[in-house]
Amino acid sequence: MWKFVHKLASPPHFYHIAANLISWFAMPGLLLIGYGTYAGLFVAPPDYQQGDAFRIIYVHVPAAYLSMMAYMAMAISAGIGLIWRIKLAHAVAAAVAPLGAWFTFLALATGSIWGRPMWGTWWEWGDPRLTSELVLLFLYFGYMALRNAIDSTSKADRASAVLALVGAVNVPIIHFSVEWWSSLHQGPTLVRQGGPAMDTAMLYPLLAMILGFTFIFGALLLRRVRAEVLYRERRKRWVRDLILSGKGKR
Amino acid sequence: MGPYGFYVWSCFALTAIVLVICEWRARIRHRHVYRDIEVRVKALGDTE
Repeated sequence: MWKFVHKLASPPHFYHIAANLISWFAMPGLLLIGYGTYAGLFVAPPDYQQGDAFRIIYVHVPAAYLSMMAYMAMAISAGIGLIWRIKLAHAVAAAVAPLGAWFTFLALATGSIWGRPMWGTWWEWGDPRLTSELVLLFLYFGYMALRNAIDSTSKADRASAVLALVGAVNVPIIHFSVEWWSSLHQGPTLVRQGGPAMDTAMLYPLLAMILGFTFIFGALLLRRVRAEVLYRERRKRWVRDLILSGKGKR
Repeated sequence: MGPYGFYVWSCFALTAIVLVICEWRARIRHRHVYRDIEVRVKALGDTE
């Protein structure tokens, strides 16, 4: 097991494996999103309270879930890099940040568009989940700004890892904010005692979308980590050999 | 979609745009890094 992990953590090995894995993540991701979009838009019945506006859930929930998961992945990778000094872990953390920021932006934007017809407002500063999700976006921006501000890659890795770990405290705040404080957001619908509070005709497309988004996120992350690994290893012999062989271009 | 069509389709369109941007930026980043290294390696090869 450890031998496999060590081999995978080797940059040249990861670079080659990731190239093959990308399509294994992208294909099921696209299929699941295709099914989820069709079933969510045209098969699932309208919600008895929100009507067709509830269909925004099929993009808003996966984006919001991934915005938090991405941050946890970034913090854990940064922590592994900081403690065990695994270079690939820092590369993963650096590659996750822009993706996490995009998905957080998507969660905020789709939530805002949903809020307009349901709450009568695009934004509500008093809502703890909206505010803590916005803080998450700023944490991603801060992480990327800090990395860009430091020339030395190893120093940037260490400083940004500390920020990523400290900022991780915001993730449970986002998740539990609807239980801890009064919020415009509804309470937990999927992960709750007694099972999901949704009809299966609405639930299955949502699960497909969440899984599909996760696969696509994996494919995007692999592509970004490959670029990050290539950049960090640009002066290594294996990269020179790779370039001269003309392989590894895609 | 009734009165909510604009909101629902806007969200799905925005999601598609963001996913395309993420994929495009990831490809561009890899291509740039690869090209920069390629130029450097070839320049080194010429001087050797």
